[in-house]
Amino acid sequence: MTSALGSAPTGRDDSRARPTPTRAHRFRWARAAGTGWLYVLPALVMYAVFVLRPLVLTLQYSLYDWNGIGVARWVGLDNYLTVFTDSDLLKIIGNAIVLIVFFSFIPVALGLLVASMVRRITTGAFGTVVRTILFMPQVIPLVAAGIAWSWLLSSNGLVNQALRAVGLGGVARAWLGDFDTALPAVGVIGAWVLLGLCTILLVTGMSKIDPALYEAARLDGAGPVREFLAVTLPSLRQEIGVCLTVTIIAALASFDIVYISTSGGPGLQTTVPGLEIYRLAFSQRQVGLASALAVVLMLLVLACVLPIQRLSRGEKP
Amino acid sequence: MAELLTKFPRRRTVLLASLLAVGMTATACSAPGEDRSSTQKSDAAVKTELGTGPVTLEMYAETGFPLAKALADEFSKQHSNVTFNIREDQFTVIVENAPRVMASDNSPDIIRLPTMVDLVKDDLLKNLDPYFTAYGWDKFPASQLMQLRVGENTRGTGSLYGMGLGYSVTGVFYNKKLASQIGMTQPPATVAEFEELLAKAKTGGVQPIMQFNKNTAGINFPHQALQNQFGDPTQVADWIFQKPGATFDTPAALKATQTIQKWAQAGYFTKDANALDYAGMVGEFQKGNGLFMFNGDWESANLDKSMPGNVGFFLFPTESPGGKHVAMSAPNTFGVSAKAKNPDAAAYFLNWVHTNAKAREISVTVGGSSPGGPSDLPVPSAAPNTVLAETLKASQQLGAENGAVDFTANATGGIFAAAITPEMQKLIAGQQTPEGYVKAVQAEYQKELSR
Repeated sequence: MTSALGSAPTGRDDSRARPTPTRAHRFRWARAAGTGWLYVLPALVMYAVFVLRPLVLTLQYSLYDWNGIGVARWVGLDNYLTVFTDSDLLKIIGNAIVLIVFFSFIPVALGLLVASMVRRITTGAFGTVVRTILFMPQVIPLVAAGIAWSWLLSSNGLVNQALRAVGLGGVARAWLGDFDTALPAVGVIGAWVLLGLCTILLVTGMSKIDPALYEAARLDGAGPVREFLAVTLPSLRQEIGVCLTVTIIAALASFDIVYISTSGGPGLQTTVPGLEIYRLAFSQRQVGLASALAVVLMLLVLACVLPIQRLSRGEKP
Repeated sequence: MAELLTKFPRRRTVLLASLLAVGMTATACSAPGEDRSSTQKSDAAVKTELGTGPVTLEMYAETGFPLAKALADEFSKQHSNVTFNIREDQFTVIVENAPRVMASDNSPDIIRLPTMVDLVKDDLLKNLDPYFTAYGWDKFPASQLMQLRVGENTRGTGSLYGMGLGYSVTGVFYNKKLASQIGMTQPPATVAEFEELLAKAKTGGVQPIMQFNKNTAGINFPHQALQNQFGDPTQVADWIFQKPGATFDTPAALKATQTIQKWAQAGYFTKDANALDYAGMVGEFQKGNGLFMFNGDWESANLDKSMPGNVGFFLFPTESPGGKHVAMSAPNTFGVSAKAKNPDAAAYFLNWVHTNAKAREISVTVGGSSPGGPSDLPVPSAAPNTVLAETLKASQQLGAENGAVDFTANATGGIFAAAITPEMQKLIAGQQTPEGYVKAVQAEYQKELSR
């Protein structure tokens, strides 16, 4: 830790290390720094008030038993103990982890496939149409998407009508109300929302790849698959990293889609931490337990996302 | 950690740490929340005069409940110095917001209330006892205001903390066309007869019950209707009012749960009940896609409009012939904030709602429910051959039989969302046993009471 800190180059260290700074120098540096601070001040104030303060308050609340209004009672780490021992809460955290498959892995994998298919048509009117269609789910408010999908997936919705039309009426069901299919159905909605985002990011990344690399690969006798594995995939490392980061956060912190399409039901089948935090805090008035779950969720997100950040930013092997 | 810091220049680390530290010291010195208990006196002198000075009453009401606004408009018409400033939210949103809104500096004068015990404990609700005496509300039937009393951590006895804008009754709506199709000529007199009708409908290809069970458990309606009949309804009321020693783990609740399970297995509920919400249920029933719907008189006016002449209503039948009817019936509760700026005017309005002839008429025609008030005042009549007239009659019958009980969903603040809804969804999908259901609901109840 010490060595890491010692080796970190920082502006302040540089100024201190300077042999004999003149008065004027020092004054100018101070003034420049002062002006710099002035520039970031508005953003800093907003960040402190709307991000840091709530963060600190959440940490504080998580150590209390509090209904949000009356006097709070100090309970130490009891709320955390509840989070890690309550079988319902563990199941809820498990649901979020299952959603990573749908919100993250499927959109990234499909996105790679779609991006390699459409990357040659990124220009022209057709390219614009393709991009618009793919990006549409990102533009539609999630609440509207949730409502539309709950119609599509309802017992007489379009999905079941289509199934019946092709003679598969036997598998038709209320997808969002069935214990076995509710979570995957919610996952499909999430995959639909995030596929466009991933595809656009990946297409942009592909357009930056030097065409000479493909040419070289082809001269070496590489087929499309080999080309994809040897050129496209390694070049997209950073974009894939960004896609995974954004989508994993979306999976773990999901709320709107679940709230609208299933409200966490049937049973606890689709309840996710975001929804449970909201319910605990506002409907059951257990602000302390809700805060503890929120802190655990934050740590879970960091534990998933930081390694990805490191891997995708590291030097190429 | 070391790796983390190499990515994070020291200056920024120092800055973040110091910002966090400042935040910590600014917020973490004291425990959150404040002690507001026993700041109000219940014996303070109250005025029963409205006066002539301009008054603006802040009202926080429920979306989709037009009665509150209709009454406010009529009141302003009769008392030109009083204007209303009405904010509306979905009921579930009010449930979540009420404590914070009432603790804030612009607390509403009149507010639609969820469960009251917590609000009283936190000293956010005005004690209406002085107004009870001043206005002579003792002339109301005592049972009418019973649910609005809060004592030492229990409901049903103690001081008065709310009044009803209409008093609702629940029961079973039925589609007359489908009823005659399966040979139902009159409402069932017993639970057994009701079950026969369900079976007849099922074999006749008619969906027996259209009931929602998505975001909140609508199947709790038939469940409690059965529970009320299978045992002593006082047991149910005691449990809702949090009387010491009351339990949900009773033979009556178990038998009701077993019956619901049986109905679910027989296909009396729709297959997609767990994906059907309240609006969806009402829509399907209006389209004629179900014979029965368990619901309350707040839908009467709406149903008269959408399926005129084709909808009927009956109180849930008794277990044995000639038994006493019991039904969930609750005031549309409104209370006065402890921090209200015009509590006297608010109480004047609440008294006016119960006693003014025009107001009582609006309660019936717009709200579809009984206006309550002193027993010697006549109940305005609804148009003949409407379901509104039927629900109004049922409400009077229930009053005469003294069979009103509150909803089990109102027992504690979190019982509906945390236990009844998810467990009921499991029950009808075959993921929970009746024994497990009863125990799970009681376990959550005890957990909440112990806090």
